[in-house]
Amino acid sequence: MSATLFKRRFHVLPGFHLALGYTIGYLSLIVLIPLSAVLLKTMTLTFEQFWTIVSAPRVVASFKLSFGAALIAAAINAVFGLMLAWCLVRYSFPGKKLIDALVDLPFALPTAVAGIALTALYAPNGWIGSILEPHGIKVAFTPTGVLVALIFIGLPFVVRTVQPILEDLETELEEAAASLGAQRWQTFRLVLLPILTPALLTGFALAFARAVGESGSVIFIAGNMPMVSEIAPLMIITKLEQYDYRGATAIALAMLVLSFALLLAINALQGWKASQRTRNPGRKS
Amino acid sequence: MSIEVKNIRKSFGNFVALDDVSLEFPSGELVALLGPSGCGKTTLLRIIAGLEAADSGTVLLEGDDASDTHVRERQVGFVFQHYALFRHMSVFENVAFGLRVKPRRQRPSEAEIQRKVHELLTLVQLDFLADRYPAQLSGGQRQRIALARALAVEPRVLLLDEPFGALDAKVRKELRQWLRRLHDELHITSIFVTHDQEEALEVADRVVLMNHGRIEQTGTPREVVEQPGTAFVADFVNLDDHGPAWLVEAKIRHRGYVLHAVNDADSPALSRIDLAA
Amino acid sequence: MAAAAALHVPAGTLGHFDYQASPATREANWLRWTLLTLSLAFFAFFLLLPLVAVFVEALRKGWGTYLTALTDPDALSAIRLTLLAAAISVPLNLVFGIAAAWAIAKFEFRGKQFLITLIDLPFSVSPVIAGLVWVLIFGAQGWVGPWAAEHDLKVIFAVPGIVLATIFVTFPFVARELIPLMEAQGREEEEAAIVLGATGWQAFWRVTLPNVKWGLLYGVILCNARAMGEFGAVSVVSGHIRGLTNTLPLHVEILYNEYNFAAAFAVASILALLALVTLAIKTFIEYQHARAMAASTE
Repeated sequence: MSATLFKRRFHVLPGFHLALGYTIGYLSLIVLIPLSAVLLKTMTLTFEQFWTIVSAPRVVASFKLSFGAALIAAAINAVFGLMLAWCLVRYSFPGKKLIDALVDLPFALPTAVAGIALTALYAPNGWIGSILEPHGIKVAFTPTGVLVALIFIGLPFVVRTVQPILEDLETELEEAAASLGAQRWQTFRLVLLPILTPALLTGFALAFARAVGESGSVIFIAGNMPMVSEIAPLMIITKLEQYDYRGATAIALAMLVLSFALLLAINALQGWKASQRTRNPGRKS
Repeated sequence: MSIEVKNIRKSFGNFVALDDVSLEFPSGELVALLGPSGCGKTTLLRIIAGLEAADSGTVLLEGDDASDTHVRERQVGFVFQHYALFRHMSVFENVAFGLRVKPRRQRPSEAEIQRKVHELLTLVQLDFLADRYPAQLSGGQRQRIALARALAVEPRVLLLDEPFGALDAKVRKELRQWLRRLHDELHITSIFVTHDQEEALEVADRVVLMNHGRIEQTGTPREVVEQPGTAFVADFVNLDDHGPAWLVEAKIRHRGYVLHAVNDADSPALSRIDLAA
Repeated sequence: MAAAAALHVPAGTLGHFDYQASPATREANWLRWTLLTLSLAFFAFFLLLPLVAVFVEALRKGWGTYLTALTDPDALSAIRLTLLAAAISVPLNLVFGIAAAWAIAKFEFRGKQFLITLIDLPFSVSPVIAGLVWVLIFGAQGWVGPWAAEHDLKVIFAVPGIVLATIFVTFPFVARELIPLMEAQGREEEEAAIVLGATGWQAFWRVTLPNVKWGLLYGVILCNARAMGEFGAVSVVSGHIRGLTNTLPLHVEILYNEYNFAAAFAVASILALLALVTLAIKTFIEYQHARAMAASTE
């Protein structure tokens, strides 16, 4: 991004400078400048002040819940998302097309609607909650409720990243493995899973990123009890409602830093996985 | 229209694609730019078309400096290596495109467009495909439609980038002959890029051999075969023991008759012969 | 982070491959049934039942209550505001998406990958933070807050703030959909159009746009769904003033917190219907796109 970016170069197609200029201008106005406000606002705090805010027990508890539940939800979605993608690609069963279309529901359904619907289901007097209640399992208004909402939110990510890879996978790989004497499970573990791992990790990362910041679907089912079932985004809202802008901003910055660090780690893991196999023989083209 | 390029230089990063190239393309000739991949031939063609700008040097079209003329105004016909047919348009609409995008004052009437497109499709012998889409055509058909589309705007010069590169061997041979005949009919100044020495020698009036961004030799196919200018040319045109046989000139005496075979007077292109026969 | 939903045409679109026909790609019956049962149970408990619950709860007190909830003036004004926010943010992000895709897919420049990462940024920022940033800028203690107050310009706890927050969270949708599509298409067709005498606009309208129309529509549909359904970001800047700064999702929250469950679910059912329509259009686009792709790669 030095002088060469702006050096006049010859282009047959017109509009490069206009398009790029507009892109960077709009991006700055809508995303970059506003986001930098979080950083600059936090800079008005000393480090001690910042640390006092983010290390308050209630804030730490909300961080643990948000990040912990998001990781577990993403892991559960990785397992079941892979299974669901497998079924959608490999098996034929009635209603398959409908289910395939409905998988994207969490992308399209407003999160508040999902939140109240899940609460209605998993509350002690709800359809599912009333079955679980006698067994001593409480879902709504506990951290488990948070988990349920985050699973809903992240469900399509793994399915939709793994599904295309599975569809494009050449069956010759499995046929070759079978002809070499591999059991079905061995073929899956040694041949298919390594090919699917990058997509699984991507789906996991997407589901996680979405879940960490999620508030709409969570706040209804969580019960929002301080120290127990209060998520980090809600802490920001609470601080804002008390007109504690500095507190809200400090928590926001900590959240941004933490989630970017985790996403970077997942990216690095992906890069490391990819470098283990420089070529990926399973994909067409 | 004659084309002249003078002292063209072009580099991409550290890679020198064209190193001080000067050439003349006389009016009405069919010239082949021949060389291995990466020798700069396609870059030169794109610079002549105005799709790429040279770092230095000039392109003269009919003696006029075209450096500031946009590709839109250069009146060149360009046939892309992979044809670049508009996939969402029918064959007819593809060929008509250049006429439809003309400024309103110059745009022909709908009837005129109809007439012209069908005339061109007849010229390339594919009038029956007018309503098909590019995806429904074979490679050879796509190639000919791309040519018809380029000719529709009555270009002053025709530039073809590896015109037969993506075709299988048999179609390639047929299209070669067809392009040669088409050129003899239209006499439009044409330049085509190829890495296939037989293609160049069999089709072109003149061959320009390039290597590493420089010109190795310019000459008629006969000159290239009889007097290869450099070791690279001799090697690339495959003039060693195992290379193909080219008919340059022959005199056969048989029972008092003399059969004098020379190359077709119309075109300096060579014919390949099979010695085993 | 990219959105996971993207137009994709599976390799086997043309001929359906029966995986159960060959012993090499077939699982034992018991395993197949176990996988199917587990997957479908997971799907039912986490996706299907919540969807059904919305409509059942909405109609629990009968159609009368349902219609009353929807024709309530506050509900109607929430519908208007939701439509307004989407009607402003979707076209703005559409124009941005086209400009970004044109620059990124059709030209080479340094820092391109970095730019793509920045465009994706709103996907990995919590919606609550997306609301917070506008409070930091336009709020009473914000950068331009005092100036705006002097000029009687209300942004936070007013409609402009809601629109800005919506634009932020829906920012990458169209661009993310278009960039890979236009990159895959290359620039030869546009170059051919230019050589044939087309102007830049003609090349764009007649060649580029028809080629990416399904991807464009796909991005717009997803962008619109998110714009109408956004909760976290809008909740922070809205101030929850009934009849004035409540969008539909916020209206659902208010009704729910007032224990007016039937009304909350009635309004929610409108949003759920919207989601189902979105999915239907999305599926239709995928079908059309697959057909177009199959036709152009025969």
